[in-house]
Amino acid sequence: MAERSFAKEVQQLRIGAGQEFRGEGILALTKALLQCGVGYVGGYQGAPISHLMDVLADGEEILGELGVHFEASANEAAAGATLAASVHYPIRGAVAWKSTVGTNVASDALANLASGGVTGGALIVVGEDYGEGSSIMQERSHAFAMKSQIWLLDPRPNLESIVKAVEDGFELSEASNTPVMLQMRIRACHVHGRFIAKDNRRPAMTVAEALENPRRDNARVVLPPAAFAHEHEKVEKRWPAAVDFVRERRLNEHFGPQGDAVGGAGRVGIVLQGGMYNGVLRALQLLGLADVYGESQVPLYVLNVTYPLVDDEFLAFCAGKEAVLVVEEGQPNYLEQAFGAMLHNADSPTKLLGKGPFPKAGEYTGLVMLDGIRAFLRDHAAEVLSDQARAPNRTEGAVPAEELAAAVPPRPPGFCTGCPERPIFAAMKLVEQDLGEHHIAGDIGCHLFASLPPFNIGATTMGYGLGPASASAFNVPASKRSISIIGDGGFWHNGLNSSIGGAVFNKSNGVVVVVDNHYSAATGGQDILSSRADNESRSTQHPIADAVRGMGVKWVRQIDRTYDVGRMRQTLTEALTTDEAGPKVIVASSECMLNKQRREKPLRAKAQAEGHRVVQPRFGVDEDVCTGDHACIRLSGCPSLSVKRLDDPLRDDPVAAIDESCVGCGNCGEVADAAVLCPSFYRADIVHNATGFERWLQGLRGRVIGALQRRRDTRRLDFSGQPARAG
Amino acid sequence: MSAASEAPGGAAPQPAASTARIIKLAVMAVGGQGGGVLSDWITALAEGNGWRAQSTSVPGVAQRTGATVYYVEMVPDEGRQPVFSLMPTPGDVDVVIAAELMEAGRAIQRGFVTADRTTLIASTHRALALIEKAEPGDGIRPVAPVLDIARRSAARLVAADMERLARSHGSMISASLFGALAGTGVLPFTPEQFQETIRSGGRGVEASIRAFDAGRLAVDLNPEVPAPDGAAAAAAPAASPAGPQGPPGLRQRYAALTARIAGFPAPAQAMLSAGLQKVVDFQDLDYGTEYLDRVAAILDLDKRIDGGSRSFLLTVDAAKYIANAMAYDDVVRVADLKTRAARFARVRREMDADPAQVLHMTEFMHPRMDEVCGTLPAGLGRWIEARPGLMRRLDGIVNRGRRVRTDGLFWFLVLYTVGGLRRWRRAMLRHKVEQAHLEDWLATVRRVAEQDYDLAVEVLRCRRLVKGYSDTHARGRSKFATVMGALALVEGRPDAADWLRRLRELALKDEGGAALEGGIKTLQSL
Repeated sequence: MAERSFAKEVQQLRIGAGQEFRGEGILALTKALLQCGVGYVGGYQGAPISHLMDVLADGEEILGELGVHFEASANEAAAGATLAASVHYPIRGAVAWKSTVGTNVASDALANLASGGVTGGALIVVGEDYGEGSSIMQERSHAFAMKSQIWLLDPRPNLESIVKAVEDGFELSEASNTPVMLQMRIRACHVHGRFIAKDNRRPAMTVAEALENPRRDNARVVLPPAAFAHEHEKVEKRWPAAVDFVRERRLNEHFGPQGDAVGGAGRVGIVLQGGMYNGVLRALQLLGLADVYGESQVPLYVLNVTYPLVDDEFLAFCAGKEAVLVVEEGQPNYLEQAFGAMLHNADSPTKLLGKGPFPKAGEYTGLVMLDGIRAFLRDHAAEVLSDQARAPNRTEGAVPAEELAAAVPPRPPGFCTGCPERPIFAAMKLVEQDLGEHHIAGDIGCHLFASLPPFNIGATTMGYGLGPASASAFNVPASKRSISIIGDGGFWHNGLNSSIGGAVFNKSNGVVVVVDNHYSAATGGQDILSSRADNESRSTQHPIADAVRGMGVKWVRQIDRTYDVGRMRQTLTEALTTDEAGPKVIVASSECMLNKQRREKPLRAKAQAEGHRVVQPRFGVDEDVCTGDHACIRLSGCPSLSVKRLDDPLRDDPVAAIDESCVGCGNCGEVADAAVLCPSFYRADIVHNATGFERWLQGLRGRVIGALQRRRDTRRLDFSGQPARAG
Repeated sequence: MSAASEAPGGAAPQPAASTARIIKLAVMAVGGQGGGVLSDWITALAEGNGWRAQSTSVPGVAQRTGATVYYVEMVPDEGRQPVFSLMPTPGDVDVVIAAELMEAGRAIQRGFVTADRTTLIASTHRALALIEKAEPGDGIRPVAPVLDIARRSAARLVAADMERLARSHGSMISASLFGALAGTGVLPFTPEQFQETIRSGGRGVEASIRAFDAGRLAVDLNPEVPAPDGAAAAAAPAASPAGPQGPPGLRQRYAALTARIAGFPAPAQAMLSAGLQKVVDFQDLDYGTEYLDRVAAILDLDKRIDGGSRSFLLTVDAAKYIANAMAYDDVVRVADLKTRAARFARVRREMDADPAQVLHMTEFMHPRMDEVCGTLPAGLGRWIEARPGLMRRLDGIVNRGRRVRTDGLFWFLVLYTVGGLRRWRRAMLRHKVEQAHLEDWLATVRRVAEQDYDLAVEVLRCRRLVKGYSDTHARGRSKFATVMGALALVEGRPDAADWLRRLRELALKDEGGAALEGGIKTLQSL
């Protein structure tokens, strides 16, 4: 069950020709796949393309009607390998993942796929996780396209262009027998817009038909001598075919004044990645060189295809221009290098600029774009800029940066309210208090938030499912053992083999903590093999502990309630101190609270409304017992656990306070107990629709307790009605 | 610095004419708290009323409780698709909506708020960032500087507690902020069009509309005046005229004690009232007399060393910290507080449970042998503590987590009984230890005061370091001891008071005391 339900979006997948689709970029792309007669779709979830996977998972019915197969791939390598169905069969296939991380994982399959080439259109949708909001290393997918000779589309970030890129991509792939990557940046994936839909098409050949009529061709298998032939075929046949297709179909676009040597702004030009188009236009709009609808006074050459480049198209654009600016986000600047070589080989006098007016690294944000284009125009076509646009009186902000930095605290992400991973790391901190600091290897997933305050746990992150593998060098005799973290997502992504298998085979002595929250939670809560929920179309409920034992691990501990901090701590301590040889694997399982609440809240509300007995737990802090040292927060970081100042002149420091967003997970109380912090926390269980007996019992207790309380209150002064006394 | 606002003349076309027609809004939110709903509403509002709009966001990892930005652009629909930007350009944003106060500050930091054009709608409530909460001292960033910055940065500022407004109408902050947006009139849509947008959204419509109206009204009232930081805490805590409840005899004696307060200098009286209340509540009226005697002794000293010229600061702080030291946190106090009627009522209030609602209360207790020893008669407690083997064995029995139901009779009675032990508290080991510690500290204060008034005040204030229970308490004690130990290093220096204050603040910066250690090293190197 994914984090969001896409029932509404799925209905949009059904709309026919002439109807208007409204929604996110990534969903428009999903609809485009169906319009193109795709035969199968695979992929691995991850921002920013998770919604593509989620909407297809929720839309199995409509896919079934069309004869489209949807595969929730085990990882990106598996997704890439899925495209093998387009090698011999004229079936269009598409896969999607987060890039560059997913492309890294998939590159084995992609290289093989690209070598042999494809018959049916093969489209790889890469969600380029770069710039603000990104959670990964900052690299470019472009390098993968170049090294394997896979064509790379980078459409303008509006729904119409994105949909057209899908259509063009399949055709380009088929025309050049080459897989095609379609690059989608974060904001383009989440941009809300509209396009006029077409009818969905059934695939020309379904995978079922292919399965029943198998074909093969040794020339497509990556083995000598075919592999050698492939390399020649790539540059001699497929590449020229692709360039011809891009040129003839005018996949790249021109805007602004055209033709040779137009005066003024026509003396210069801008070459840009399609994805940069809106940013470039905004800068031109702000400089007074374009209108709201994109009519530009500066010639623009928009590369909706960034690989391969079309030499003559580019040279024709440069003809008669004194200077051309390349707007290419990220580094290395592959496009600029290639264009430089083209100009050099053509003995062109046109000056090429790119990194220079633009910074070498980092996202091309609004300000970077404005400054870069302004600098370029100022140096090469100063007369087109107004005086103020040329040299704006940049008044620094009204408030000095230092004053702002001092006033505004940073707000890094962290575990959600009630997250079951929090107590695992709280326990780990307590164990480190007892046994000293350890080398702790991190992995990819929500649990990586442990590397931020307040836990500061996890030294490295080497890839999805590679946490324990990244501790393999530490498999040596020493007085301490390494600890490594792996999530359930990473475990099934490739950890079972790379991390657990490797540890067993190498007789590792390290401790592995599998953080099992029943979903691939960080990517949006998709089901995986060990998910506990019933899933009609997938096989779930395969326990991680069984898989680990199956791999040959002897020391396995399953913890089914991570909130039991005491037990967590005890188990970790045992793993770090036991004499038993081999890897020590702790599977710490509790359901992702975000998903659990989403699942249970409506059920609880319904049950309560129907008069069933419902117990609702929540935590509180006795403010007069709390002394305000905040040790509990340093072992938690829960958003619902905060601090508040008391209306008491005797108190210097704010006390802990729990707000109504508390879901009653129990971490606070458990930590206060396990770490022997303080007795301030209490849990209140509110019983809705209590039974008659319960109400009678509470009445009885209340009468006795009330009498005792009154007895004491009549023998002493009661300040509860007074100010400066928390009642 | 907006390029668009600097309309150039000459050959170049009017840049202002190009993008000025596009209304640009940024929504700054805390991840996972519904910024998406608001930007969806804004987009739907525009699209439903003859405008073209585009919204983008970068949810990513920040979705998990981090700071996130949603961005919307809109322009009248003229039948052609405009080219909108996917991200805000600093200096080119018309409306910034901050769903939390510090996020308003962050928008200013990122250059989205400029004095020439930006309407800033900021909810003044705080969702504290982790670094503010985790400090052992008071790490809460003050509100006033950010509001001041917002006032200086924006063309127009609307600041009100939109979170409270929404909640009081049973809705979410997105609704009250949407209302405030309508109230500012910066969008060319009527309030009815705004409301229609909410209605067509479906869920929780009525509550959302109420919160929307409240948000809209908040703009008209322009309530840009949240209480300044700590205003409440700084207010003089006058005892309520009625005084405490209780048997007349006790009340009379209490009145006699409060009458003594009138004999103290005016600046100390408010603190003495609060302190007296705290110690009497902790123990009894005699304890209140002891308290007043202790402060009176300090006052005598204060008068002798010309404290009058300093508004008797030494006495004021003595009134505060002696009360805190006397009302230490022991098992008896915790048991007493947990079983009071007022506490039972407060829990129900905080949990929104009416008196008839069945409610269970579970306490998380983890007593250790140390605490038990502290509750024993001093002689016996010391006898046990002197025998580590015995202590360890007894700790093995006592030291474990106990979750106890205080709404049930058994554990209520246990805690009630422990709370009742206060009659014998004066004989307990913990009390003796605390008294000795207190006297020792006051002796230091008196000794230092003769030489350096300000330093003596700082010595008093170091009491703030002692807090918490069990290990946390031990750590606080040891920090207190470390700072007191450094007293010898600073005494005699002209800036001694300053140094001691600095060391105390460092001690409150982190748990382990690394900052304090660093401070002492610096001091030693001088």
